[in-house]
Amino acid sequence: MADHRKILNSYKNKLPPSILDEIKETFPATGSDAKLTEVLDRTMQSYEDAKINPGECVGLVSAESIGEPGTQMTLNTFHLAGVAEVQVTTGLPRIIEIFDAQKTIKTPMMEIYLNSPHNKLENIGKFAARIKEKVFGELVQEFSLNIFEQTLTAKLSKDLLENFDLDVKELVKTVKTKAKGFNIESEDNIITFFQKGKTEEIKELYNLKEKIKVIKVGGVKGISQVLPVKRGEEYIILTAGTNLKDILGLTEVDSTRTVCNDLYETFEVLGIEATRQLIIDEVYKVIESQGLNVNIRHIMLVADIMCANGQVKGITRYGVVSEKASVLARASFETPIKHLINAALEGEIDNLSSVVENVMINQPVPLGTGLPGLVTKMK
Amino acid sequence: MTDVFINAKYVGKVDNASTYVQDIRDLRRKGSLSIEVNVYFNERANEIYLWTDSGRARRPLIVVKNGKSLLTEKHIQQLTSNEITWADLVRQGIVEYIDAGEEENAFVAYNMEDLTGEHTHLEIESFAISGITASLVPFGNYTPSSRLIIGSKNQKQSLGFYAANYHIRMDMDANLLHYPHVPIVKTAIHDVTNYEEHPSGQNMIVAIMCYDGYNMEDGVILNKGSVQRGLARSTYFQPVSAEELRYSGGLIDEVSVPDKEVKGYRTEGDYAFLEGDGIIYPEAELKEGNVVIGRTSPPRFLSGLDEYNLSAAIRRESSISLKHGEEGIADFVAITENEEGNKLVQVRLRQERIPEIGDKFTSRHGQKGVTGVLVPQSDVPFSTSGVVPDLIFTPHGVSSRMTISHLIELVGGKVGALGGRFVDGTLFKSEKEEDLRKELVELGFNEDGKEVFVDGRTGKQMLARIYVGNMYYLRLRHMVANKMQSRARGPIQLLTRQPTEGKAKEGGLRLGEMEKDTFIAHGASLLLKERFNADRAVIPICEQSGLMGFYDARKGGRAVSPLHGDNSDMANVEMSYAFKLLLDEIRSLGVYAKLNLKNKY
Repeated sequence: MADHRKILNSYKNKLPPSILDEIKETFPATGSDAKLTEVLDRTMQSYEDAKINPGECVGLVSAESIGEPGTQMTLNTFHLAGVAEVQVTTGLPRIIEIFDAQKTIKTPMMEIYLNSPHNKLENIGKFAARIKEKVFGELVQEFSLNIFEQTLTAKLSKDLLENFDLDVKELVKTVKTKAKGFNIESEDNIITFFQKGKTEEIKELYNLKEKIKVIKVGGVKGISQVLPVKRGEEYIILTAGTNLKDILGLTEVDSTRTVCNDLYETFEVLGIEATRQLIIDEVYKVIESQGLNVNIRHIMLVADIMCANGQVKGITRYGVVSEKASVLARASFETPIKHLINAALEGEIDNLSSVVENVMINQPVPLGTGLPGLVTKMK
Repeated sequence: MTDVFINAKYVGKVDNASTYVQDIRDLRRKGSLSIEVNVYFNERANEIYLWTDSGRARRPLIVVKNGKSLLTEKHIQQLTSNEITWADLVRQGIVEYIDAGEEENAFVAYNMEDLTGEHTHLEIESFAISGITASLVPFGNYTPSSRLIIGSKNQKQSLGFYAANYHIRMDMDANLLHYPHVPIVKTAIHDVTNYEEHPSGQNMIVAIMCYDGYNMEDGVILNKGSVQRGLARSTYFQPVSAEELRYSGGLIDEVSVPDKEVKGYRTEGDYAFLEGDGIIYPEAELKEGNVVIGRTSPPRFLSGLDEYNLSAAIRRESSISLKHGEEGIADFVAITENEEGNKLVQVRLRQERIPEIGDKFTSRHGQKGVTGVLVPQSDVPFSTSGVVPDLIFTPHGVSSRMTISHLIELVGGKVGALGGRFVDGTLFKSEKEEDLRKELVELGFNEDGKEVFVDGRTGKQMLARIYVGNMYYLRLRHMVANKMQSRARGPIQLLTRQPTEGKAKEGGLRLGEMEKDTFIAHGASLLLKERFNADRAVIPICEQSGLMGFYDARKGGRAVSPLHGDNSDMANVEMSYAFKLLLDEIRSLGVYAKLNLKNKY
């Protein structure tokens, strides 16, 4: 046994820990040391075989592998939109959104997983109702304007109050801050507003009505729609609108699985590693939903590049492309004159060490047959 | 209260919408309002739209009142005896033109017998619901409408007898089908439009079967014997013209055989076909590069008075000759004057076009295909009754496109050809498939149109019976002879030194951005470099300043630096000419693009 650990330890720097763990778990404790060494050596062999050779242009192959199915995607997009329960951007528009790392996305949404017992059918509805952002106007059954007494009466729906777990007194407090110049009285589920000064203007009351209608009285800010759905054995909540920070703060929420599809929000709350995983998951989801087949490693590569320096960078001229070392490569992407002039001002030197530049000047591209230094000594 | 809009502009309200709309229609029928006014009442939106503007597609319908057509027997008699005309019917409000909006309010009966009290209009003919071109597809009601549209589009591209005076016309890209046929399967529109006077196809024996793989993916197989006997043969006409332009100073072009002294004189052989007047003689067989019309022009820039004496030596050659890949026989020569009074010479070239691999054929049902092979008659499968198909069409083309009319025409054509009569395939009113089949039996053939076939190559009977019959097939104007092009080396563009683009300029086939990516993805860097060598340039670069040098004739053609003259080492650097151009353009921005050189080895 002790020997097993020793042998395994000797491979620590040669194989990734996840593979070593797997071998450790599956290899029978009674197995001989020689057998274990053989298993490890064969694993090494397979691992080395699976590695990509130096000088292989992984970026271009990834680009082709994602781009080619992308051409088939354009048409499919229209058919899928609007079918899902909550409207979701899918297809090419979503892929563009992610790869460009757009700040505001078309349909921000969250998948909220809950801890037991909140993820049961009986409890899910109540929780969903609680986190949904609510405005005062929603609760009101009936507004009535009394012209003679200069009052505005709002009759609140008892059912809704109960559903949303709201207290009338609390409501009055929140409303009060917005209703300056009015006295407020509440009785049971009826709230009455009196005008303080004696003005003849009925307009004031009317304005007040419109104003208090949109006051936010409860729920989590930004969550405009909620939809409980069954996912496997448990129930989860899909939301339109996001607020990852506040949602994760709730005790009922399973913070290990809850996700939000906004790259920047995820980045701010959970950091760059989570963002990288989100990019991979979201892109893969779209590609899968279109019935296409792209190896996940291609997407991983793109996500890696987008997150490489700890910031989210889109594949745009402001993002990843602006960080290319070569002036010519940047100029050949977009806005060439801007790049050339700026390069001139800074006195940039292009070492012509990458692909695009060398195609431009008709020199061998440093890849494949253009990279003899890999196998032989140059100079 | 209903809102009223005239040409989408709000004008007011009316109390009773339906009587208002009816009043307007009555006024129009009476002639008090223009017949071009259309009114549409949208009940759901409670809005009335009046349209008087241009650009609305409108179609004529017979007006119906109380379940009775306003067009009576009397009118028809008067029409046939030329007492009244169509315009009279429109003026009397018996026939009216209706636009898309008003059509929403109309309830149109297809046939006289269908009329009820609710109907407001009657179709002039049931097949009039499709337009003229779509009506040219026989048995159209057995086929998806999308195929009718494609079918009628294809017919527009067919070769035929386009004009009776074709032999004195100078049309651009004119094609003339030899021995065009009247279709055996016709529609009423064929008769109405005098299709017999200008037919555009031929009745061919068509077998629906596979023959090796030559008709896969929308291919068709032609019988070489049929082609040699003149099937679908056509003539292609192409005009060549030259004008005697006038220039300032009374100078003028001259159509003549150019003098040998003339600037830019070609070889004598190129002018061999010209007659004394500098124009080709009819029936001359021309090849690429031959001069069709000889012409000389005055020099472009006049310097000094002595050049006004117009000696031949200073005139420019500006003859019209056949471009790359062109050939033909001089068919017809016309010498006239154009609008400005200049002498205009036009020569029409003629080319016989025999169907070959790559030529496009179509039936009238949107079933186009490209010739895949010409099979010698001896090898073509034939029926036991001895009938050899002219064209073999693939069965795979039918299942997904659902062009049932194509299949029915085949039987129809067979019945027509055997029975010696025309078959009516008019939309909704065509002869019944059942009747056609019965007639086929009476004519001594299989009821289902299938026949036992024998393979011409092996002499063995085929396992399946083959659906064979007679169909009207059209030859389309897209012929390989006009399109085929290839090049290894050839002309380049002046600016970039890259190959030219397009067939007319003998251009190259571009290895584009994405194709380039595939080379890189395979790691074939050196192959890619070689492929892009078309604009390779070796430029002397000054090692000190990093600027492009130039060859100085004063110093024996040596390369010198623009900054340091002779005092710098010049290195020859290989690059694409496009990059040299980019460097020039960067310099024109006022940016000093310096090349730092290093030795590769």
